[in-house]
Amino acid sequence: MKLVWKLLKHHISISQLVGFFLANLAGMVIILLGLQFYLDYRALENEESFMKSDYLIVNKKITTMSVLTGSQSTFEEAEVEALGNEDFVERIGVFTPSSFDVYAQFNVEGFVNFSTEMFFESVPDVFVDVESEAWTYNEGDADIPIILPKNYLDLYNLGYAQGKGMPKLSEGLIGALKLDILIGNQGIRDKFVGKIVGFSSRLNTILVPEQFMLWANKKYASADAAKEPTRLILEVNNPADERITSYLQEHNYETDEGKLDASKMTFILQLLVGIVMLVGAVICILSLCILMLSIFLLVEKNSAKLENLLLIGYSPAKVAFPYVTLTISMNALVLIMAVLIMQIVRSAYLNMFEGFFQNYDAPSVLPSLCVGFLLLLVVSAFNVVAIRGKVQGIWKAKR
Amino acid sequence: MNKIQLIHTLPNVFQSRTDIVSDIWKQDVTFEKGKRYLVEANSGTGKSSLCSYIYGYRHDYQGQILFDGEDIRRYAVAKWTDIRKNHFALLWQELRMFPELTALENVQIKNCLTRFQKKKQILEWFDMLGITEKLNAKVECLSYGQQQRVALVRALCQPFDFLLLDEPISHLDDSNSEIMERVVMAEVKRQGAGVIATSIGKRIELPYDQVFNL
Repeated sequence: MKLVWKLLKHHISISQLVGFFLANLAGMVIILLGLQFYLDYRALENEESFMKSDYLIVNKKITTMSVLTGSQSTFEEAEVEALGNEDFVERIGVFTPSSFDVYAQFNVEGFVNFSTEMFFESVPDVFVDVESEAWTYNEGDADIPIILPKNYLDLYNLGYAQGKGMPKLSEGLIGALKLDILIGNQGIRDKFVGKIVGFSSRLNTILVPEQFMLWANKKYASADAAKEPTRLILEVNNPADERITSYLQEHNYETDEGKLDASKMTFILQLLVGIVMLVGAVICILSLCILMLSIFLLVEKNSAKLENLLLIGYSPAKVAFPYVTLTISMNALVLIMAVLIMQIVRSAYLNMFEGFFQNYDAPSVLPSLCVGFLLLLVVSAFNVVAIRGKVQGIWKAKR
Repeated sequence: MNKIQLIHTLPNVFQSRTDIVSDIWKQDVTFEKGKRYLVEANSGTGKSSLCSYIYGYRHDYQGQILFDGEDIRRYAVAKWTDIRKNHFALLWQELRMFPELTALENVQIKNCLTRFQKKKQILEWFDMLGITEKLNAKVECLSYGQQQRVALVRALCQPFDFLLLDEPISHLDDSNSEIMERVVMAEVKRQGAGVIATSIGKRIELPYDQVFNL
C-alpha cells in the first residue's frame, strides 16, 4: 500500500486540507461546546436535585376582597380536573396538608436548642426526585424523611447563628442531624424522628412522603380539618407557553413567578444553544463539502493512475483506501482537537461557575464525547461512501 | 480458467460494414489454456478493441465472449478484480506504466498485490532483459523499448491462465525480442498457461498452435 500511497498522494492540496481542517474544527468546537455548556448550565439549574425540573406551583390569589367575601382559597375537585385536562399540563398533583398538630424540637447539646410548632405537606411521589429508598415511609416506622425549605437553613446560618455566634451548618452536616417530632391531636401524642434528606429552594413548605401523610391524616386528623388542597403542583411541557399565563390569570390563580421566569430563561437558552449548534452543524457541513470537493478533484486529477491500478488488479476498495484513510484521520484529528479546545474553554467557565455556586458539581463530558464520536462515525461513513462511489465511477467510465 | 470463446463477436463500430473478412470477428473462436495463438492485424481492424473486450474494460461489442462457458458481460466488479489478479495477465500496447515511480516500483506495485514472484526472480528478469541499471530510474526517464521490458516483467508478476501480449516487441531490436521470447516461454510453461499475442508486422516468435488474421 506504500507504493499506492506514493502514487496517489500527487496533487494533494495542503492548503485545501488545512482549510477543511480549520473550518471543520470551528464547526465541531461550536457543536461540542454548545452542547457541553448547555449540560453544565442545566446542572447548575438543577442544583436542587431532588425536585423534578419543569414544574410550577399554583395557588389561588388571596386578596383583601377574597378574605372579606369569604371566597374559598382551596381547589375543588372539578377545578383540579379542568386544569389537568389542559394541553400544556403533563401531570398534576395536589398538596395534601397535615390536619394534625406537629411540634418539632431540634437539639444539639451545647449548641442549638430550638423548638417550634409546625405543619407538614406532601405531594405525589412522582414529583420528588429522591432515591426511592430515602423517600419511603412504612406504617410503624419511627423515622420520617423530610425536605425543608432552603430559607430555613439560610435564616439560621445568616441570621440566627451569625448573631448568636453559633457554628454555621452545611447541608451535608444538617442531613446527619435529627429532629425530634411530636405528632398528635386531642390528647394523643406520638414521638417520631425526622430525617432531613434535602433542602428545597423552590418549595416553601415542609415536605414529607405521601404515604406518611395519608397514614397520619387518617390516624390523627381532627374531624373538622379541611380536606381540599390549597396548592397544586404542575409538570408542564413548555414553561414559556403563553397559554399557561393566560389560564392562570383567567382563573385568578397565581404561581411562583420567579420559577416561571427561570423556566422561560431555560427555554430561551435551549433555543439559543440549539441555534448555535445549528450554526456549528452548518459550518461542519460546509467544511465537509470542501473536503469532498478537494478529494473529488484529487480523484479526477489522478483518474488515469486510478484506472491503471484497477486494470492491473486492484479492487476499487483498495484504490479508495488511501483517500478513505486520509479523510478518516483528518476527521479523527479534528475531533481530538475539538475535544481539547472544548476542555480548555470549559475549565475556564467552570471556574466561574464554581465561584458563583459553592456546591456546584460539574457533570460528566461523556455525553458530548459520545455526540462527537457519533458525528465522527456518521461523517466518516458518508466520506467512505462518497469516495468509493467516485472510484466506482472511474471503473464504470471505462466501459 | 481454461477456455475463452468468442461467439459472433463484432465491435459496434463495424456493425454497418459488410466487407469484413476476419478469422475472429463474427466467427466462433476458442482459445484454450496451454496453447499459443497469434492474432495478426492491420491497423484499424480492431486489435486493441479485441484486447479490451477480453480484459473486460470495454463492452461496446455485439455477440458474446465466454470464459469457461460463462458470459463475461455478467461478471461483477469483484469477479473482474479476481480475474485480473489471478487468471489473466495483459501486456498493454500502451503499457500503462506509472511514470512517477521507478522501474522496480512499477513491478512491485503489482507484485505487492499478488505476492507471486520472489524479488530474486524479478531482479533476474531485469538482468536478462538488460535493464538492471534502470531498476531505480523513474519510468518517465526510460525509452519506450525499456519501458516495454519493464511492463513485461510486471505482467509476469501474477498467476495466470492466459497471457495476453499486445504488440510486445514493437520497440525492441531482434536480440532483445529473442530474450523476451525466452522469458515469456519459460514462465508460460512453468504456469501451464495459454498465450494470445498480437502483431501488426513485427511478431514475437513463439511456437504458435494457431495464427488468426483479424
